Amino acid sequence: MAIRRGRGVAAINYPTGMNLGGDPTQALVHSTPTGNFMVTLSSVDLGQGMKQIMAQICAETIGVPTDRVVVDTADTDTGPHCMGTFASRGTHRAGNAVIQAAREARQVMLEVAAEELEVNASDLETDGQGNILVKGAPQKSISIFDVALSAHFKRGRSISGRGMFLIPRSYPEKETGAMKPSTCYAHACTVAEVEVDDETGEVTVLTVKNVFEIGRALNPKMVEQQLVGGSWMGISHALYETTEPYYPNRDHGGTDFNQYLMPGPGDLAETEIIVLERPSADGPYGAKGPGEMCANPQIPAVANAVFDAVGVRIDTLPITPERILRALKAQAPN
Amino acid sequence: MAKVPVQFTLNGAEKAEFIDSGTTLLHALRDKIGDTSPKGGCHQGTCGACSVIIDGELRLSCLTLAETCNGATIATTTGLAEGGVLHPLQCAFLDAFATQCGFCTPGMIMAAKVLLDQTPNPSREDVVEALSGNICRCTGYEPIIQAVLSAARSNSQNAA
Repeated sequence: MAIRRGRGVAAINYPTGMNLGGDPTQALVHSTPTGNFMVTLSSVDLGQGMKQIMAQICAETIGVPTDRVVVDTADTDTGPHCMGTFASRGTHRAGNAVIQAAREARQVMLEVAAEELEVNASDLETDGQGNILVKGAPQKSISIFDVALSAHFKRGRSISGRGMFLIPRSYPEKETGAMKPSTCYAHACTVAEVEVDDETGEVTVLTVKNVFEIGRALNPKMVEQQLVGGSWMGISHALYETTEPYYPNRDHGGTDFNQYLMPGPGDLAETEIIVLERPSADGPYGAKGPGEMCANPQIPAVANAVFDAVGVRIDTLPITPERILRALKAQAPN
Repeated sequence: MAKVPVQFTLNGAEKAEFIDSGTTLLHALRDKIGDTSPKGGCHQGTCGACSVIIDGELRLSCLTLAETCNGATIATTTGLAEGGVLHPLQCAFLDAFATQCGFCTPGMIMAAKVLLDQTPNPSREDVVEALSGNICRCTGYEPIIQAVLSAARSNSQNAA
């Protein structure tokens, strides 16, 4: 009887979004009379930072500081349509819709500015600080504040835009089954080191080293935050969490946090995160969806590490001491 | 059933309410007084989201009967900022990206405040121990631990 050490590796290929008969998200953008911009969505910010990212994307596209953008989310009675915030699709789908809406609003904004400055709209550019300048003659300029006032009270224009992003439904080919459920894939690889007590079946994760390829990180600190939390959640799924420990039998199903186990701050593995940025072809400013996949590769990596440590393949989650001990017993010579 | 009077100090202000006997402090704070900073996660003392400070000690407001708080001094996250200036712990949580969905955050901050009030220069083990009654779904805890350690460092710098 001993504590045995093992190391496991796993890699994943994760589609951004999913295709349930077409995968659309729409967005609306409009300016207020004082030149702030409002993004209206039905996509939900559930803590992953949807509002911040959509504000950044809108601001970048229109050419204003991020704090000039307000994002309103998640009233499906009144907002433009969104399939939902799931499958890591929020940034990719809603971001593309926001870009399209913001481009249309920017065009109207430049047309109003062109009338005020008596120049051609195609000769104008934004400085990112809230002003519109004539290219090559920056002394000739107007603030977006004044452009919005003019549009509202003088020119009778609505500085607004409509955005739509749709991945059309993909049907499998009858002969081969080939289809294209997603257009954009993120990738990850995890190496986990564990100790397994072959007397008690207890697993301790010592280290997890993760590499994530996530397209362009639109907000690097928020990406890191997702990946660190996700890595921990992956270990939690691998070893502890389940609502159905004896699926499908409900008799011993967890009903509260006494039975639905989640590790606390004292149970952390040493965690390393490396981010690789390879901008995606069809993502907003090159982004992919890093959300859900950040909690995936740790699970097979831990299972492989357990196999490396004590030589048993656990194929049912979570990898509990009981399952390990039963497997060890089954493989022991009589 | 007759209502029971209860009177206590909440974040420096006198509060008096008539409540049903058996009302939890969590329910009284959120639904009678309107301080929604303590969150109801499990309502049975296993998640820590409802943590408040009663007479200097960390308590689970979901397991505390409001009528036992007569004359007590209660602090919640709502009272931490002074005149629009965030408490050092709140700043540290922001700077360390220690909050995502935010549901555990008020309980985490209350637990951390009691720790720093009693142990101004905690070790990492002290922080882990102090937060061990609080569950977080999103962050993986490490950013929260770092936020508390960072708040402790900035406190001791200000005191020096």
